[in-house]
Amino acid sequence: MSTTTCPECAADIELEAGTEENEIIVCPDCGVDLEVTSLNPATVELAPMEEEDWGE
Amino acid sequence: MIKASIIGASGYTGGELLRLLIAHPKVEVIQATSRQKLGEYLYQTHPNLRKQTTLKFTDPAELLPTDVLFLALPHGQAQHNIEKYADAAEHIVDLSADFRLRDADFYQQWYGEPHAAPDWLDKFTYGLPELYREELKSAKYVSGVGCNATATNLGLLPLVSAGLLDEHQPIIAELKVGSSEGGASVNPGSHHPERSSTVRTYAPYGHRHTAEVIQETGLADVTLTMTSVGLVRGALATVHGKVKDGVALKDLWKAYRSVQSENPFLRVVKERRGIYRVPEPKILAGSNYADLGFDLNPKTGHVISICAIDNLMKGASGSAVQSMNLMLGFEETLGLEFMGFHPI
Repeated sequence: MSTTTCPECAADIELEAGTEENEIIVCPDCGVDLEVTSLNPATVELAPMEEEDWGE
Repeated sequence: MIKASIIGASGYTGGELLRLLIAHPKVEVIQATSRQKLGEYLYQTHPNLRKQTTLKFTDPAELLPTDVLFLALPHGQAQHNIEKYADAAEHIVDLSADFRLRDADFYQQWYGEPHAAPDWLDKFTYGLPELYREELKSAKYVSGVGCNATATNLGLLPLVSAGLLDEHQPIIAELKVGSSEGGASVNPGSHHPERSSTVRTYAPYGHRHTAEVIQETGLADVTLTMTSVGLVRGALATVHGKVKDGVALKDLWKAYRSVQSENPFLRVVKERRGIYRVPEPKILAGSNYADLGFDLNPKTGHVISICAIDNLMKGASGSAVQSMNLMLGFEETLGLEFMGFHPI
């Protein structure tokens, strides 16, 4: 299993079997969206996320 | 089973102690005292205890020998009778503010009068397991914690323990608190038309719990600003400070993860989706958890740490039972592992 690090919070991230390049995954610690940019070696980058302000 | 008694059991923290101790697998509650409610069944004051116990409130002058004695008296009373209480029990947990501060002069500075039992101050261990876990294991006498102090101290814990704060900068803690912090006695301000829907700042600075934050963090320039809000249970501390040069968001993640991994009731809440993205006391009602969140302005080094608790649980009776567990060699989390409610 490939492992990498979240660029937002530095959490260890394990890519599940079957993960594909360009797939969007979620960091289990900080919840940020990450794009898988490479499988070997495993690398991820921050993916754009919509900001929510609940209209306030 | 160990025997436990509660002095001053008719108030909110006393009721919360009863709720926890009656359900505790290693504890038998043998006595709950109240002069005001003498002879009445406990459930007549604490209706959530109906069918859970047939105990009645007894006279505190007729104290039975017990293994652990909880003192849930109004501030200033326990210190006048501490010798008598120590004769009745090997272990004491005092939920009042009487034995929280270690220094008698510091106590007088914040509470406005000399301490009646200054020789007892250093016999007590401050009852916040997140700060004094090892010391509590060999303690005989444990102080309770201030609810607002606890929300602030736990909010500061990751930053202080990792040495991330610029200690030359002030700490400002904004606290939003529920009405149960005012206790079970009524006053004109607690009258429903006056208290309901309020957002009322009642202590911009100088709240007594500030002393516990100064004592426990070692930070000198600390301000707690207290605001009553329309909750019954709950305290939310939003703590502002500055980090040292070079500290980045990843350093904060590491520090907060570290305290989460070391403490069974601390949880990091910093989500990017959903409604509950930061700590909120509402979903902690009735539970012993403290939720921690944070953010950092990388341009200025301004750090915001957020801690939510139930003031009657992690801020009082929950921490007291957690401390008792450690003191008596039980599993730290015993009888406290339930979650809060959602929705509520």
